Amino acid sequence: MSDIEAPDAEGGVVKKFMFVNRKSPHGTVYAVESLEVVLISAAFDQDVSLAFLDDGVFQIVKQQDTSGLGIKNFSPAYRALGDFEITKLYVEQEALDERGLTADDLMEIMYEDEDDDYEEKPSVRVVGRGELSKLMSEQDVLLSF
Amino acid sequence: MKFGILVTEGPYQHQASDTAYQFTKAALEKGHEIFRVFFYNDGVNNGTRLMVPPQDDRNLQKNWTELAEEHQLDLVVCVAAAQRRGVLDASEAKRAGKDADNIAPGFRISGLGQLVEAGIIADRLMVFGD
Repeated sequence: MSDIEAPDAEGGVVKKFMFVNRKSPHGTVYAVESLEVVLISAAFDQDVSLAFLDDGVFQIVKQQDTSGLGIKNFSPAYRALGDFEITKLYVEQEALDERGLTADDLMEIMYEDEDDDYEEKPSVRVVGRGELSKLMSEQDVLLSF
Repeated sequence: MKFGILVTEGPYQHQASDTAYQFTKAALEKGHEIFRVFFYNDGVNNGTRLMVPPQDDRNLQKNWTELAEEHQLDLVVCVAAAQRRGVLDASEAKRAGKDADNIAPGFRISGLGQLVEAGIIADRLMVFGD
C-alpha cells in the first residue's frame, strides 16, 4: 500500500464518504471490489459509511456459502469493518421487505465504541428509503457500486 | 471547479467510458480542472493499448491518451483490478513473469488510495458506471 498518502496529507480534510452497494455479492465483481475501496478508505481518516439497497442487501446476509460457486466467500470481511473504524452500515428497509428478508437474516456486524468504554454496538442500522435519501444528500462523496 | 472522474465499466461493452470521456472533454473546454481520472472494475480495460476497434468506430484508448497529452491529465488504472484482468505495465509484467505489457501511453498503474485521494481533493467526484 505504498501508494497511499499520509492520511493528513490533505491538511486534515475529513469528508463524508458513502459507498452505495446495489448488487448481489456474487454474479458480478462489484460487491467485492467495492469492499476493497472501503478498506483502503479507512486509511485516510475520512467519515465513511456504507449503504446497502436493491440486491446489495444480500451482501451482508448471514451464513453465506460459496463452496458451490468456486468463488471465495468474502462476507466475513464485513464483520472486520469495525476494526477499521467503519461503523455505519445502513440497510434500506424497503429493499429487505421486497426480498422477503428481515434484519434477523443479516450478519451480526459489531464495533467497539471507544467513546463508551469500548462497549460492543451494532454497526448495521435498518433505515427507511426516505431516511437513506436524506443521508445520501448529506454526503460529500458518493461511490456507487 | 475541480473534478475527479471514476470510470467503472469497460470500453465498448458499456456507455460509461464514452460518457466519462465526453464529460471530461467538455469540462476541460469550459475551463474546469480534472484532478484525476481513475479506472476501476472493468474500467481498467480502457487502458490497454492492444485494443483494435474497427476503423469507422471510435478508439476509446486513443481518445483518452490524446486528451491526456493535450491537458496533462492524470489517468490512473487500479493495480489490483488491472492485474486480475491482465492490464500490466512493464514492471508489473516483469514481476508477474509475463512476456508482455499492454498499458497505453498516458495511463499509469497505481493503487486505490489514488481514488480516495481524488474524492478528498476534488470538489466533485463523478462516477461513470452501471
